[in-house]
Amino acid sequence: MKRSLLSLCLLAALSASPANAADPALEARLKALEAQVATLQAQIAELKSAPKPVDSPAPAPTDDVEAMAAAVSANPEDAAAAVAAAPEAATSDSGSGTSNPNSMNPAISIILNGQYAHHSINPDDFQRAGFPLAGEAGPGPQGFSLGESEISFASNIDEKFYGQLSLSIGSEDGEDHLGLEEAYIETTSLPNSFAIRAGRFFSNVGYLNNHHAHTDNFFDRPLPYQAFLGNQYGDDGVQLRWVAPTDTYVELGGEVLRGENYPSGGAAHAGAGVKTLFAHFGGDVGGESSWLAGVSALDSHTEGGEDGFSGHARLYIADGTWKWAPDGNTKDGGITVRGEYFLEHRDGEWTNPDDILETQLWDGTRRGAYLEGVWRINRQWDAGYRYDRLWAGDEGPYASDFDPDRHSVELTWRNSEFSLLRLQLSRERANEEDTDSAVSLQYQTSLGAHGAHKF
Amino acid sequence: MKKQILTFLLLCAASTPAFAKIEVFACEPEWGAMATELGGPNVEVSVATSALQDVHQIEAKPSLIAKVRKADFLACTGAELEVGWLPQLLRQAGNQKVASGDGYFLAASQVTTLDKPSTLDRAAGDVHPQGNPHVQLDPYRMLAIAKAMSARLQKIDPANAATYQARYADFSKRWATAIKRWEAKAAPLKGKKVIVHHISWVYLNKWLGLVQVGALEPKPGVPPTSGHLAELISIAKTQGVSFIISAAYQDSKPSAWLSERTGVPAVVLPFSVGGDAQSKDLFGMYDSTIDKMLAAAK
Repeated sequence: MKRSLLSLCLLAALSASPANAADPALEARLKALEAQVATLQAQIAELKSAPKPVDSPAPAPTDDVEAMAAAVSANPEDAAAAVAAAPEAATSDSGSGTSNPNSMNPAISIILNGQYAHHSINPDDFQRAGFPLAGEAGPGPQGFSLGESEISFASNIDEKFYGQLSLSIGSEDGEDHLGLEEAYIETTSLPNSFAIRAGRFFSNVGYLNNHHAHTDNFFDRPLPYQAFLGNQYGDDGVQLRWVAPTDTYVELGGEVLRGENYPSGGAAHAGAGVKTLFAHFGGDVGGESSWLAGVSALDSHTEGGEDGFSGHARLYIADGTWKWAPDGNTKDGGITVRGEYFLEHRDGEWTNPDDILETQLWDGTRRGAYLEGVWRINRQWDAGYRYDRLWAGDEGPYASDFDPDRHSVELTWRNSEFSLLRLQLSRERANEEDTDSAVSLQYQTSLGAHGAHKF
Repeated sequence: MKKQILTFLLLCAASTPAFAKIEVFACEPEWGAMATELGGPNVEVSVATSALQDVHQIEAKPSLIAKVRKADFLACTGAELEVGWLPQLLRQAGNQKVASGDGYFLAASQVTTLDKPSTLDRAAGDVHPQGNPHVQLDPYRMLAIAKAMSARLQKIDPANAATYQARYADFSKRWATAIKRWEAKAAPLKGKKVIVHHISWVYLNKWLGLVQVGALEPKPGVPPTSGHLAELISIAKTQGVSFIISAAYQDSKPSAWLSERTGVPAVVLPFSVGGDAQSKDLFGMYDSTIDKMLAAAK
């Protein structure tokens, strides 16, 4: 094309010699040539402005639709065919041969959290009637603190295993400590949707327990989680679970765990002190509502638990979640309602953790529940209310006629999927004398790999 | 007793009858529609999302886990469009047939993508390291994807390979004819300047020669702000913008607001199959998209 244009120009230049200017026939020819040059120039400009064929198949230049499709295909065979068919098409940019030693690194995701809290009762003097503070339970620290920041690594190990490691960094009484939250491997290729997880992990009982705190709707865990699971129960062990091939979601499973951490303790039964069973069910109602419900049991043989308990304990949990969102766009609006109910039996004895000579029988039942509703106003804002309460035991070392309860409201602002600010006001009647009013403000950000969260 | 239950469960799970249809799990309606075109009576398609949902922001719902659990073939966009939910579905469903290998089909991996960022920084919004994933509005890429999908279906269901081949041949013929029709019809749109809601139209723009001069989202995934909209008013007025494009699932208020203040018409395009009444299948989606833009450009 360029060459023909050049020769045309040359021709035009040559023929435009002044000696022949008078010849009318020649003048006509010249004019015709000039017109031709103009059209060619216009065509060239058009070609230049049109997008390159590899970026997008421009509509005009070829009749061969298949070749155009092949030009944008990532399949090497197709692409080769395209090059043959349309020589101007560049090869696809996929499958470049560069190697990056870090490309096999696991997905790294970091949660940065920071908070300010003001409690009307000094957290050091805080007591919850009927429920000693075990595990991570209780009001957080007064004033500024980091809460818990988290680093998590996850990746497929090979074609049969997936692995995840989550570390938490927190401070307690001015000392920073690194905690191993989860470190487990999981099978990915067992037949019929069986999966086995082994290592340290959060138990799959209840709803919130296996969710990392950074996905919570509220600043802190509800009272029953604090009272019966020390905020969140994780331990070393194995888990087997199975998803049924049904239209309704059915997940069944069980765990055997070491029994080192609250609500257990002492790693009884030769280091297999806790056994759990769980069943989760879920589905959709129309296009706008989804639900998830579950029942779980946690059976623990405890030797010297953090609350002084030794013996056999069994915890039952029922959980239910219902989400509604216009057109199912849960991030842009809608309502989430969630509740869980806890029932705990203890059968054993109690040794006062502060005075080992003081013992008594601990035989009784305690209960707890919470109900929360969160209104997602739009992509940036949500507001929520939660009521949680506990029913203390009538007998045993922590028997109490008073049952603690709490009201909380929260308001969250999200700048993006990756950052939020949350304000929470709560009022807990912790015991007969004390009511703790708390204001908490937190930021929470997630950087690194884009996490995929559970429902 | 326990042994009996186990045997029963294993039997139930293993006894998939030979004549069973291929269960297809499609993340987005366009891949469901494509699987229907290519698989016909041999496939049973369930679609995870609707054209009225923002597929960047879906949750790993229990109903979807149940669907993935039963699937023989999974067809999704890829390029990290579903990064917030698909990995979770696959892990929870534990269905190794679709977790990798031939049963795991990502459309964007079958073609070259546009807008691959040279630097990755979330300060630039929700960027996709593997390029713009919204490939469904380039008919040539769709044809390349269909070819690859048909090849996969033939692989996982060899008994019906001939049927898949024939259906692809038929589809590609109809599609090629339709492309000619669409290109002829959309010729007047060439060079028209547009403002878009989200940068999800790059493939359509390139194909039809539309020129994007602004986006309602200041950065991908960041909702429109009043300050940014005010800037767009002057762009819309001075640059001779023909129309403002948003997708059926997007909040139409920002584009309506801009339209009101500038007199530039706002047009809501289906973006996916089911995005409007006319978009009953892939052909309808393209017809509707072009018709609506032509009507707005008048």
